[in-house]
Formats: sequence, C-alpha cells, structure tokens
Amino acid sequence: MREQRDRTPTAEPTSDRDLPRPRMGTRELVAEAVAGLLARPGRTLLTMLGTLLGIGALVATVGIAQSAGSQIVAQFDVLTLTEVTAQPRQAVVEERTLTTLPWDAEDRVGRLNGVRAAGTRATVEVGDQTVSAVPVRDPTGITDHQLDVVAASPGLFDAVVASFAHGRAFDRGHDERADPVVVLGPGPAERLGITRTGHQPAILLGDRRLVVIGILDDVQRSPDLRNAVIVPQELAREEFGLAAPEQLRVDTDLGATEVVAEQLALALDPEDPDRIEVSVPPSPGDVRSAVEADVDALFLVLGAVALLVGALGIANVTLVSVLERTSEIGVRRALGAARRHIAGQFLLESTALGFVGGVAGASLGVIVVVVVAIAQDWVPVLDAWVPLAAPLVGTFVGLAAGVYPALRAARLEPLAALRAEA
Amino acid sequence: MSRADRPADDARPVIELLGVSRTFPGPPPVEALRALDLQVRRGEHLAVIGPSGSGKSTLLHVLGCLDRPTAGDYLLDGIDVGGLPDRERTGLRGQRIGFVFQAFHLMAHRSVRENVEAAALYDGTPRTLRRERAEDAIARVGLSHRIDASPRTLSGGEQQRVAVARAILSRPSLLLADEPTGNLDTDNTDALLGLLEELCADGMTLVMVTHDDEVARRAGRRVRMVDGLLHEVA
Ligand SMILES: Nc1ncnc2c1ncn2[C@@H]1O[C@H](COP(=O)(O)OP(=O)(O)OP(=O)(O)O)[C@@H](O)[C@H]1O
Ligand SMILES: [Mg+2]
Repeated sequence: MREQRDRTPTAEPTSDRDLPRPRMGTRELVAEAVAGLLARPGRTLLTMLGTLLGIGALVATVGIAQSAGSQIVAQFDVLTLTEVTAQPRQAVVEERTLTTLPWDAEDRVGRLNGVRAAGTRATVEVGDQTVSAVPVRDPTGITDHQLDVVAASPGLFDAVVASFAHGRAFDRGHDERADPVVVLGPGPAERLGITRTGHQPAILLGDRRLVVIGILDDVQRSPDLRNAVIVPQELAREEFGLAAPEQLRVDTDLGATEVVAEQLALALDPEDPDRIEVSVPPSPGDVRSAVEADVDALFLVLGAVALLVGALGIANVTLVSVLERTSEIGVRRALGAARRHIAGQFLLESTALGFVGGVAGASLGVIVVVVVAIAQDWVPVLDAWVPLAAPLVGTFVGLAAGVYPALRAARLEPLAALRAEA
Repeated sequence: MSRADRPADDARPVIELLGVSRTFPGPPPVEALRALDLQVRRGEHLAVIGPSGSGKSTLLHVLGCLDRPTAGDYLLDGIDVGGLPDRERTGLRGQRIGFVFQAFHLMAHRSVRENVEAAALYDGTPRTLRRERAEDAIARVGLSHRIDASPRTLSGGEQQRVAVARAILSRPSLLLADEPTGNLDTDNTDALLGLLEELCADGMTLVMVTHDDEVARRAGRRVRMVDGLLHEVA
C-alpha cells in the first residue's frame, strides 16, 4: 500500500470554483436569530430585563426632570416675564450709594414703552415710634406694636401685583398732598384689630394719626409688604425725613422686560445711567435649563448605571447561553455554518434583545413619567426624541454586549463543541 | 444522476486516504488512527465494524471534515481537504457531506422540522425548497406525524431517524453514518437500510459504522477497525 503515497498525487489543483462555500442570506440569519430567541421565551425575557429596566430608568429620569422643570417654569412664567427692578448701584469700596432715585421716578418710567405700572418704595426709619390702633381695641392687651413702615409711590401697588381685601390704594392726590393715610398689610391689620375700612379706622404712628384706607390681601412680587404699614412716600419725606426712594418696581407688558430694562437707567439718571442698577429675572428658558440640569445630572447618572448593569446582564446571559448552546453550535458548524454565521446569529440575538428591551423600556419609562406627573399634578413633558432614541440605545447596548459571547461562540471547534453535551 | 451516466467519474475514488493518522495528544497520547490507507468509490456502500474504542467514530470525523488528520493525506473527490482552510471545509460539510452522529446531536429546543431544515440553512437553498425537502426527508424516515414535535419528546429510535433525515436533506454525495440503526427495531432498520441503499443507487457514497452483523452484511463492502488499523473483510 505504501507505493500509493509515492505515486503522483491524485489531487487536482484545487480551483476555488470547485469548492462549495458556506452561504446564508440575511433573511435566514435573522429568521434563525428570532427563532433562537423564541425557542426559549422565558430565558429571552429574563435576558431582556436588564436593558428594559436600564432604558426605562433613563427615559423616566429625563421625563420626570423635564416635567418638573416645566412645572416650576409654568409657575414663574407670567410673573418673571413682566418684572423689572431698578435701584442705585452700590459703590464697591465704600458701600454707599453713588446716586439716588428721583422722587418722580414713577412718572418718568411710567411713560416708557412697555411699562404697565411702576412705583417706588423705601423703608421708613421710625426709630422707637410704635404703631397702635385708634381707639385701642386690641384684644391681647398689647397696644403698641413695632412694625415695618414702608413708603410707597401710588403706582407701587400695581407694580408688585398687590390685591386688596378691603378699601383701596392711596392715589396720586393723596401722595402729592402728603395726606395722612395708610395701607396695611394683612399681618399688621390683624394685629391692630382692624378688619375693614368702611368706617375710616385710624392708627397712630408715633403721635401721628393716619387713616386706614386699604387692607392688602396678597402681594405677589413683594411678599414682605404683607407685613408692612405702607404710607405715601411724600408723607414719609415730610414727616419722617425719608431721603429718597430706594427701589423702583416695574410691571411690564408680556415679554417686554428686556426693552424696558434698556431704557430704565437712562430715564432715571440721564447724566450717568451707569449709576443705576437694573435687574431682570432670569428668563424662563434659563430657569428651565437650570432646573433640568440639576435633576438630569443626578438621575442620568443613576440611569446610566442601570443601563450599564443591563448591558452586563445581557452580556452575561448571552455568554451563559453560548456555553449552554455549545453543542447546538457544534451541530450548526457540522451542518455547514461558517464561523461568521455563528457569530452573526448570536450577535443578532443579543442585538434584537437590546432593541426590544429598548422599546419596552421606553414604554415603561413613558408610563412612569405619566404616572408620576399625574400623582404630582404636573403636565407630563418629554421630548419626543427621548423615547425614539431609547430603542437605538438599547440596540447598541445589545450589540456591544453580544460581541464577546459571539466571538467565543464562533471560535469553537465543531467537534469539541459537539462533545460538550448540553 | 445514475452511475451508468458517468463512468469516467466512477473510476476515481470519492474517498482516498493516504497514510492517515489521528493521534490525540493526551496525556496519555492515543493513536486512534494509524497510517490508514483507504479508497471508496462513488456509490459504494461501506460498512465499518470493529470493537468499541477502535477508532471508527474518529475515522468518520476525519472523513466528514470535522477533524483533521495529524499525518497523511485525505483526498475527497480528488481534493486534498486536510490542508484546506476552515471555510472550505465548512462548505464541504454543508453541501457534499451528510453526517449521522452516534449521539444524534439534535437541537433540543427546536422542532423536528427545524432540526432537519437546519441542514440546508447554510448552502443558500431557498426557504420554500428547504421546507419541501425537509417534509420529504421526514416522510422518508416515517416521522411526518411528529414533524412539529420537540426532539426531547421523541424515543431514541425516532431521534435517530430525525438525525438521518437531517443528514440526507441536502442530497449529500457522501453520507457518513455512525451506527444509524443502533436504536431501531428490525422493521425500522430494514426500512432505513432500504432508503440508504436507494440513495446509493443514485450515486451517493455511504460509509456506515455498525455493530450489527446483519446490517454489515447488507453492505457492498466491509472493513474492520482494530486498534486504529483497518482490515478488509471478505
Ligand atoms: N477527543 C479525544 N481525545 C482523546 N482521546 C480520544 C478523543 N476522541 C476519541 N479518543 C480516543 O480514541 C479512541 C477511538 O475513539 P472512537 O470514538 O473513534 O472509538 P469508536 O470505535 O467509535 O468506539 P465506539 O464503538 O465505542 O463508538 C478511543 O480510545 C477514544 O478514547
Ligand atoms: Mg463511535
């Protein structure tokens, strides 16, 4: 028999065309991957759980942050869009004011475009002078009260969006004549036992008798006025030595804050507008971004961690399933599956898992956002791209998680794989 | 295509082993095949008999391009396949060779139909044709009534027949069967051998390992393996 080896080999030059190549269409590969997943639905669901929860957490996080952000902004919106304040700039070194606001600031500013109401205010130094009702009707027995006294120009009440429980604000006439009238915040009114204004109740501020013409209900922009005794600024100037208004408050047309702010300084101090400090509240967009950035940063980290755990979960279970399905891999290799077909199938399976996990996670996340929003009485807000991007992220996670197990599977030698009995 | 149409091809052996050895490194090293020479012609039905551990399965694995000889040359259809890259050997396995494993090796979580169809997954057979052929092959081994069953629910003999159906699905030119009748009763053995002989008559080459003398006797030619060596049996 030996001489057989020595004779000219019967082997032909092996042309590539003679040899069959492993071939598999994409459709077949996808069908096999899907069938592989459906063959063991329990395990498939379990594998998916990690991505589902990770993506769900991410979507829910972004949605809750956005909903919370919009909610806060919704409360701010109208007030912040219409508010401007101005006051004399403080000298940095000596901490004294460089200039003062003019007494007629309200009139100067009131003419500007976009201004709906304007008014000045200042704290009145009353020393140890106390406030008491006339006649004394305080049930607690305390008659003299230490109260904050604020001087206001007539326009201030509208400028700070004040509403009245009783009576009304003092007007331009009261102010110009320095009439002895007063408006009480709800706090002082209660302490002084004054509950209505119809019968012209009066109080004593020091030894000056002032007629109460209004009691405030609420002050949206200057809550401190709720606890103040408010007198006309001309009265404060003549009777209490007020030097100048301290602050100008302006209520503008919707969205006109920037325009008004630009004109304000020049109107108040034409010689040197720089001495006036004008402030506009941050725009709602800024507030929203700030809030969302805070919430997002915290929860995105949590969501990302959840997603990472999900990816490790997929990778781990896929790896375990490669080990478990070693003999199946052997069978397929024996039946003519190329290494890339094995790798492709496992990669497709884990990618599909990631995709479906992403879709399910996005749905879960959206549901969580809606439920939380309803519970909090918010309007649920979620950018459309978030649930749309989620399946992409899931797909990528599945793909990445499948790479190593797929390569492991492809590296197996057919016979060795067959021997590993599952 | 019948044998008579292609006399020229019949002259050349389908299988040609030239001093093929397969040594497992161990420890201790096992010489499962020792410098074998063997020629098998097209359409031949060869039975391999021999005691357990003599190297019969190892021989079939080498013939089926599942294992490589550690020495010697293996020419399949005249092509030296021992040194071919993995991809070509894989293509041969998928499209020219059918294999019935001693341990069946069915995919436990897939149906009988899917198991059989898998044999034509990697050779570009269109889906409908694959389905058709799978149904046909399953019918030929008499398992049409279990086509959607899970292999886990089948008896040993039924699993064996599924393995045969899978092996013949792609109409291989070489069928390697490792004790394909080991779990079958005489009637089923008879039917299966009838089927395989029919395929041989159409030009398929069959190498079958068997422990059953009756089965071996029906083969056109018999070889005995003893301790890694081959002997022709008269
Ligand atoms: N992967 C392996 N590593 C080491 N030794 C092996 C390996 N595969 C087979 N062998 C050894 O090679 C020898 C031949 O094994 P083989 O499976 O070919 O025997 P067989 O003739 O098919 O036996 P049986 O009739 O029991 O199936 C045995 O001694 C076996 O232990
Ligand atoms: Mg054996």
